Amino acid sequence: MSAKIKHFPGEEIETKDFREGKVLFESFHPKAKYAWSAGIAISRFLEELKNGRIIAATCSKCKRIMVPPRIYCEKCFKPTDGWTYVKDTGVINTFSVSFIAADASRLKEPIVVAIINLDGASEGMGIVHRIGEYGDWREIKIGMRVKAVWKPPEERTGAITDIKYFKPIKE
Amino acid sequence: MFGKKRVAIVGAGVTLFRRNLKETGKELAYHAAKIALEQAGMELRDIQSVVMGTAPDAFDGVHMKGEYLADGAGAYHKPYTRVFVGGGTGVFAPLAGWWHVASGQFDTCLVVCEEKMSSCYPHPQYAFTTIFDPILERPIGMNLIWIFALEMNRYMHKHNIKKEDIALVSVKNKRNALDNPMAQLAANITVEDVLNSEIMAWPVQRLDVSPTSDGAAAAVLVSEDVAKEVTDNPVWIDGVGWCIDSTHWTDRDLYYPDYVEYAARMAYKMAGIKNPPKEIDVAEPYDPFDYKELHHMEGLLLCKKGEAPKLTREGVTQRDGDLPTCPSGGLLGCGNPIAAAGMMKVCEIFWQLRGEAGKRQVPGDLRTGVAQAWGDLMQYGSVIVLRR
Amino acid sequence: MSLEKITNPFNARHWIGNMEADYRYTLGVAGERFLKEIKENARIMGAKCPVCGVIFVPPRLYCEKCFAKLGEWVDVGKKGEVYTCTIATIDIDGKKLEKPQIYALIKFEGAHGGLIHKIGETDKVYIGMKVEAVFKPPGERKASINDIAYFKPAE
Repeated sequence: MSAKIKHFPGEEIETKDFREGKVLFESFHPKAKYAWSAGIAISRFLEELKNGRIIAATCSKCKRIMVPPRIYCEKCFKPTDGWTYVKDTGVINTFSVSFIAADASRLKEPIVVAIINLDGASEGMGIVHRIGEYGDWREIKIGMRVKAVWKPPEERTGAITDIKYFKPIKE
Repeated sequence: MFGKKRVAIVGAGVTLFRRNLKETGKELAYHAAKIALEQAGMELRDIQSVVMGTAPDAFDGVHMKGEYLADGAGAYHKPYTRVFVGGGTGVFAPLAGWWHVASGQFDTCLVVCEEKMSSCYPHPQYAFTTIFDPILERPIGMNLIWIFALEMNRYMHKHNIKKEDIALVSVKNKRNALDNPMAQLAANITVEDVLNSEIMAWPVQRLDVSPTSDGAAAAVLVSEDVAKEVTDNPVWIDGVGWCIDSTHWTDRDLYYPDYVEYAARMAYKMAGIKNPPKEIDVAEPYDPFDYKELHHMEGLLLCKKGEAPKLTREGVTQRDGDLPTCPSGGLLGCGNPIAAAGMMKVCEIFWQLRGEAGKRQVPGDLRTGVAQAWGDLMQYGSVIVLRR
Repeated sequence: MSLEKITNPFNARHWIGNMEADYRYTLGVAGERFLKEIKENARIMGAKCPVCGVIFVPPRLYCEKCFAKLGEWVDVGKKGEVYTCTIATIDIDGKKLEKPQIYALIKFEGAHGGLIHKIGETDKVYIGMKVEAVFKPPGERKASINDIAYFKPAE
């Protein structure tokens, strides 16, 4: 990079060199399992999802209605002092149409993911979820109104996936 | 002056950036550190403290990676600090180096950044997915590319920006990288090439994205007294700034990086910069994706919100323009070994201000340069202002 | 049901998952040479620092003390001495081993550092015990530290 450096070190190898034995390596697969505590606020959030409702936390000082809920308001650092339900409808704030899966493999049918600003929450507050029943992905627009499509009550377990996806609605 | 002593960079070094390098992480750190020392005309025994910047342990696959890399970074029996703020590390590491010297506690500090992403097999993507909330985000199947896509979409929507203008950044940076001997993906491409490349997560296409890489970069920081002894051409660290936002990224309007602006204001205040577009001669904003260069130019207050695509279209950000941006080729052209990438940008500004950037040299009498890095879950900004 | 105060811990939720990843570590420039020598020549090598004169085992690319590049490689022989040792009775998952396994840090004469490895063909071990490397047959060696099967007591 500098005109004064004559040689940049680094021996380049290719992925096939591993297969062909041109470069030697050691393999390892860590066995790490986790049980993450949902915590106070999200435990309640998940329990309410099981009941088919979305709950938010309120900060009376900042006048914010926050979803997903939390036990402290990160702006004023006070504990949140109330709970309130928000609607399961909202507006698409931003979205992406992904042709790659979580493991970087290619998908034939895309996954559409979006941040949805829920009705009843403070402006800009959103959750991330999938969009389904959209027809042609090229028709999806920022600003579209959407509604949650829930799993039937007996299939809900208290998870973010108790909502299957959000679908576009006409109003 | 902030701090007890003024701090200068007096030497810098980088390795090749490539998808797969044979060297271990330690060996990469050593190579970069050794070149930086040689360029500074100094020996390891002259170094009093070491700062290592390196991103998730999960890439190299070694728990306590900072400790593992310590001897390769020259930290044997020395005071040693590892810093890690995701992609922001590359500029945050020299900031931490600045604290070491500006506080008066040390006269010299060797700053080394390293990343070996190829150890995570078959693709470092696995290491990335664990950044997402395990309860509310991972069950949806979150993929790192998606968050860039969500941010890019919002930015395009807010300012009505066309993909053609964003693609110009990828074209410019990959072309700039043709003059960079360590670059991984230097190429002569066109806007059509970008628009026709494979859709990964709309609106992100393959040629909008920088690759995963192995590599290392390093620099030697010294106090004013030592700088006088080792060089006639020190480059001063005149401004440092850093800022973080929360991981509640779904609460924010992603079209603008507030936290980059706060970090920039902090650095500019220190450096006495009141009019950034006029007073900054060369800039290296963080560009892991093409739209990010534009996003960060605005966050760095180098132009008004939404104005960056226009400046790119008009050629202002070319090497011979009024505000040369990413003359190194950026991450899009050189590669993206997370922490080393940001550090490479700091090294580039160092070489540009000294007139040592060879074929990439921006013409004119350059006095002030800025480098910036961005990291974590779209929440962190680190900014450094260098002056000659 | 009021959810204001959760007193039943089973209502405090947790989410189970894991962090999936696979790793392929290149041996590196020095590491590859070290393990190739073990595989092909049944030789344990060290690297000498031209400035400090220290011989490092395992060998590496650079001297961590003075940062000089290590160019000269030397054969440190197959015999060493137990510097410290332990006897493992459980495996990595916490299950009891069928037979306890001795591990030791073995130092080589004239060299700095050493190798961690298993001790075999004996139930007894003590600090200072002289040991000798036992290599696997050439056909079974893979350029891995396990190409040395274990170290056995030596005269």
